[in-house]
Amino acid sequence: MNTHTTTAGHAAVPAWKEWLLTTDHKRIGIMYLVGSMAAFGVAGLMALIIRAEQMELGMQIVTSGTQYNSFLYFHGAAMILAFLIPGLTGFAANYFLPLMIGARDVAFPRINAFSVWLFFFAIILALLSFVIPDAPDIMWTGYPPYSVNTSGNTAFYVFTVHLLGFSSILGAVNFLVTVIYLRAPGMGWNQLNIFVWTTVAAFVLQLVFIPVLAAAVTLLLFDKYLGTHFYDPSAGGDVLLYQNLFWFYSHPAVYVIFLPAVGILFEIIATMSKNRVFNYKAAVYPGIWGIVAISGIVWIHHLYISGMPDWIRLGHMVTTLLISVPVGILVLSLWGTLYKGAITYNTAMMYAASCLYLLLIGGLTGIPLALPSMTLHLSETSYVHAHFHFIMALFSAFALFGGIYYWFPKMTGRYADGALATFSFWMNFIGVNVTFWPLFIIGKEGMPRRYWDYEMFKDVLVMGHPFEDFHKVATVGAGIIAIGMIMQTYNFIHSAFKGKPAPTNPWNSRSLEWTHTVSPPGPGNFGDTDVVVDENWTPYEYNK
Amino acid sequence: MRKLLSAMTGLAGAALASGQALAQEIRNPAEEWEHLWDEVMMDITIIGVIMTIAAIVMLIKYRATSPDQVGTAKKLTTVQSISFALIPAAVFMADDFYLAANGWTVWNAYRRVPENAMEVKVTAYQWYFEFEYPDGTVADGLLGDDDLPKPILVPQGQPVVFRMYSEDVLHSFGLPYYRVKEDIMPGRITYVWINTEEAQTDAVLQCAEFCGENHSKMSNPIHVVPQDEFEAWLAKTAAEG
Ligand SMILES: [Cu+2]
Repeated sequence: MNTHTTTAGHAAVPAWKEWLLTTDHKRIGIMYLVGSMAAFGVAGLMALIIRAEQMELGMQIVTSGTQYNSFLYFHGAAMILAFLIPGLTGFAANYFLPLMIGARDVAFPRINAFSVWLFFFAIILALLSFVIPDAPDIMWTGYPPYSVNTSGNTAFYVFTVHLLGFSSILGAVNFLVTVIYLRAPGMGWNQLNIFVWTTVAAFVLQLVFIPVLAAAVTLLLFDKYLGTHFYDPSAGGDVLLYQNLFWFYSHPAVYVIFLPAVGILFEIIATMSKNRVFNYKAAVYPGIWGIVAISGIVWIHHLYISGMPDWIRLGHMVTTLLISVPVGILVLSLWGTLYKGAITYNTAMMYAASCLYLLLIGGLTGIPLALPSMTLHLSETSYVHAHFHFIMALFSAFALFGGIYYWFPKMTGRYADGALATFSFWMNFIGVNVTFWPLFIIGKEGMPRRYWDYEMFKDVLVMGHPFEDFHKVATVGAGIIAIGMIMQTYNFIHSAFKGKPAPTNPWNSRSLEWTHTVSPPGPGNFGDTDVVVDENWTPYEYNK
Repeated sequence: MRKLLSAMTGLAGAALASGQALAQEIRNPAEEWEHLWDEVMMDITIIGVIMTIAAIVMLIKYRATSPDQVGTAKKLTTVQSISFALIPAAVFMADDFYLAANGWTVWNAYRRVPENAMEVKVTAYQWYFEFEYPDGTVADGLLGDDDLPKPILVPQGQPVVFRMYSEDVLHSFGLPYYRVKEDIMPGRITYVWINTEEAQTDAVLQCAEFCGENHSKMSNPIHVVPQDEFEAWLAKTAAEG
């Protein structure tokens, strides 16, 4: 009698193997979460080093400008490509989208598993770039001619982008097919969760625009290693071609991050306010899809000082300003969902409330940057740096953390709320303000981005203080965030195993992932009966 | 809207004026930038304050008093739904056109180089700038004897346009003092002009597009000095070169 045989006669699979070979969307979601949080940790450490180096004039922490540049490269590339995008579209969409639409899994579970493994290979490749002697030092943007001329290993950058791009395209196809074909019987398009809409929009953007980025970096590879001249004007190429192709993808990529983050906010706010989404159809059609429509025709605002012709800079000023229309409609729905609500506060709702503030600051400080004349000065300063950290990094990361708290009982059957959660939230929230407000202020006076030293500005005073004082405050802020994040990570891990047990639907949500599954849901998600919804069902119907 | 129209007619007007012998008005882009900045800050502060107050009031006022309480917002009628999409769309679009018109006006100040401007050719290298004056004198922006980047001088009174080119990678000509910046690259010539009505010794030129190891060190003071002082400096530079 073999003790490793179950009663059904199948060989018992050890847990590690079960995870390794899984095609379950929920486990794949958790794998994305673990991978993206690991990337967040390493990239966050880089941020601390960068901030510590900028704290004082001269070189203290890093050993060379090139090393500083490698840390900057890794921080940017990993935060965007390996934390925010996989955290939002990999983790959150994987785990919750099938549950929200009443599907038992995604349309192609094996392709889904392949996607997450490509993602892990990309992270390993990115981490390897630390141990090679010629680490990439080309920023996350990889602009030629520098990325071609440098002795840094640009190939690591290109292949990392290839792997992540391939992974994202497979994921996009998978999820679009899932939403189109595997919705619960009876579920019409106007009954979808806002989060489902925002991820669908994000996946459409990925599918349309990633190939452009893949092509751009591939030509970079050819230029550097095969001696072609796509970006080399001395042989008929064009330097600006790369910047155009790069931002043709990377501006929409901002919405690949922004939209699912907004989607998570809608879920938290609607549930915790026990309220219907204000003006649902306006949020979805002119709001979310309006952003998608405009996203492809605004990329020149990343090239306002790049030497593009004047007419196209002015043209993209108009399209860029017009983004405020769909964003404004979406924001009105978000605010409106609070109106006449019945709000209860948990850690998720605290994160959601702070996101409203981060969204306002990040969004409004972008308005001067829509104007080419303003950007002639603000571009490449720490003002821009602070702006996109507010809207992309802080807003999206806080939405993701809020989502983790919100869905923690679903994923683990336990709460992550408690004193430690509340305290680390306040550390994070105070920390980001202390870090980035000083950068807005000195950025407006000309403090450049991507500088490890700023000695030439030592005589410039802002409100009677040199830049150095502002950098010191910002560095203290980064330290506060670091403490908050370490405590929060400990809280997540501790709560996953020892947290207070939670009921199936602790927040009394009306959304399917809470009403129709146990926590955590087993294989196939919904037990023996398929989910069917009637035409009056919506995930936001509280006031019957 | 009037500003938008005047900006558009301004384009046509400039073409006409250039044929006439009228003295061209020399604008001050940095001053106009500050003015526009104040306007935009006012604009976003108003939006920000309204939205913040709305959020805080609702977050406090609509707290649940019992765990079973649910929100009581009514479902919008079709007319309400459309209105709540069109009204913000109209408000934001109006604001957009207001900002676009103002932004365009200031843009023209930056991009139309006065006809009497002195032309200085700038070549960027990893990691320094080089300046060539109309008489052929070349001033390199390398470190001076005191180990600090050498100041580069231009004469007071005559506008200066920098025509820029790079021999290696991307750089950028950033002058925070004059609120202006433009990238420098191989294969294309770009330009920046500055209004030099006022003498100053505070402006710092910085490289503002990432260019490698010593990117943070690629910088020169740019001084605007009286004509005679400039000429003396130019002669000295020519003699040294
Ligand atoms: Cu440079």
